[in-house]
Amino acid sequence: MASVNTDQRVAAPGPSATVRDPKPRKRKKHKHNRAAYAFLTPWLIGVFGLTLIPMVYSLYLSMTNYNLLTSPTWIGLKNYTLLFQDPNFIQSAKVTIEYVVFSVPLKLGAALLVAVLLNKKLRGLSFYRSAFYLPSLIGASVAVAVMWQQVFSQQGLLNEFLGVFGIHGQDWIGQPSTALWTLILLSAWQFGTPMLIFLAGLKQLPKDVYEAAELDGSGAIRTFVKITLPLLSPMIFFNLVLETINAFQTFTPAYVISGGQGGPIGSTLLYTLYLYQKGFGSLEMGYASAMAWILFLVIGAFTALYFATARKWVTYGD
Amino acid sequence: MSVITERAATATPPPKAPAARRKSLLARSNWRTHIVLIISLVVMIYPLLWLVGASFKPEDQIFSTWDPLPLHGFTLSNYTSGWNATGTSFTVYIANSLVISALVVVGNLLTCSAAAYAFARLDFAGKKFWFGLMLSTLMLPFQATMIPQYAIFYKLGWVNTFLPLIVPYFLAVDAFFIFLMTQFIRGIPRELDEAAEIDGAGHVRVFFSVILPLLRPALITTTVLTFVWTYSDFLRQLVYLSDNSKYTVPLGLNAFVDRTSGSSYGGLFAMSVVTLLPMMAVFLIFQKRLVDGVASSGIKG
Repeated sequence: MASVNTDQRVAAPGPSATVRDPKPRKRKKHKHNRAAYAFLTPWLIGVFGLTLIPMVYSLYLSMTNYNLLTSPTWIGLKNYTLLFQDPNFIQSAKVTIEYVVFSVPLKLGAALLVAVLLNKKLRGLSFYRSAFYLPSLIGASVAVAVMWQQVFSQQGLLNEFLGVFGIHGQDWIGQPSTALWTLILLSAWQFGTPMLIFLAGLKQLPKDVYEAAELDGSGAIRTFVKITLPLLSPMIFFNLVLETINAFQTFTPAYVISGGQGGPIGSTLLYTLYLYQKGFGSLEMGYASAMAWILFLVIGAFTALYFATARKWVTYGD
Repeated sequence: MSVITERAATATPPPKAPAARRKSLLARSNWRTHIVLIISLVVMIYPLLWLVGASFKPEDQIFSTWDPLPLHGFTLSNYTSGWNATGTSFTVYIANSLVISALVVVGNLLTCSAAAYAFARLDFAGKKFWFGLMLSTLMLPFQATMIPQYAIFYKLGWVNTFLPLIVPYFLAVDAFFIFLMTQFIRGIPRELDEAAEIDGAGHVRVFFSVILPLLRPALITTTVLTFVWTYSDFLRQLVYLSDNSKYTVPLGLNAFVDRTSGSSYGGLFAMSVVTLLPMMAVFLIFQKRLVDGVASSGIKG
């Protein structure tokens, strides 16, 4: 690797592969400024008008009382102090953390397991791949939430099935102790997307390493732990970040299955559901904006945590 | 890892026995693997089959058996009764959903490809910064901008119209597709651009006549995924649409849920099946492309 003198920029080949003269300062001539900004105009308007400015506005709103109809009234950090004393807020935070902590590993675990099974040059691979992906595709819809609710209701499919074995099942949706788990299972049911990513990653793994391991007499589990997992760690990381962010944003199943209430007794009151209730139910938009910012920061913290610890366990290819 | 490859180079595999052992082992474990996979698949897909079957059963039989087949009385009455059960015909809901989805697809295709072209091909000041910003919006939850966007649209008088659901997608708000297309364009050889440039083509010409045609696979993936996600989007539509006549399919179905108080599951199931049909159709037609698109999104570079 050539040493890079920070005073001299010998530019790597640019878009048209011309070598620029080394100049002592960082003044690169960007050749396509005007064209680029023309192509980027819609996105720039979107980023500023729909993302950056709203986020700043949201921060402002979070320090006001705002019900949409009258002007916001400034109250400083009062929303935030109210939040942490609000039992519903605390409940929704607890429920959501529990949901994320259980659903993400379950989902990724199932995805990994099935991907490993499918990686064995099976006949019918593309059929299996598509079939396992189907729940992922339709999973976030209202229809699936409706279906799920009826699978786990007192008279539903699961209990009918258990009844064949003489087991009398309970109302899984209606019981606070199990209601959230029906949501967790629904999330895990949609493991198709991360599974596809794992499968693609597994296909890229170098075969010679596996052959060597087999010759060494390494058993399936040892091979998996010592070779497959480290080689797959970039995919695991990618899926972990993606699925965690998705899990925090889950809304539709909680809303549909609990009828918008988050019941029974708040056991399915996911954070996004409570946020919706506050913002659009009781029109406490300042309060809801504060909740939104906290969600943003929590997701940011999780993501930062993943990135920070990535160095310890994510190994990129040689 | 290098240690392992070194040992592989020096080790000599003993001839027949392990090869034969390996073969029969593979055959046996494949057979077992198939069993495991099929059982898992059946368990996973069963609720869907049950839903479809139940939609054709008379009301009193829906919960009495767990087998999915409407063996004791096939009926279409759930479909006819459910279609108008919410006061507005499901045709209206479906039409609304299709209109919105189609427009969002167009928006995404145009603006995300344009942005991707800039990121992938053009050299401009602040490129790294803007690209990083674009990537970080991928991780932004909708809730972070939901309320202020609503306030803005409220002031514009756009609440309870389709506009807030469509216009953002003409502003390339779906960074996922910008990223997808940028990666794709990077794989297109620059020589093709340069050939066109030598012929005197400016960036717009290069974009339309060179890049876009070659971008076709990514454009199709974008179309399919955008359609599926928009069609099943619930929260955004819930927030902005309040007239029953403007409801989209998810909202219409949800309105149905509200009315079903333990009495007419047949209609609810029938309409659920109806709402799933477009997605199933998309899935069956585009499954290879969907699967490939999702799989490649996780591979960097």
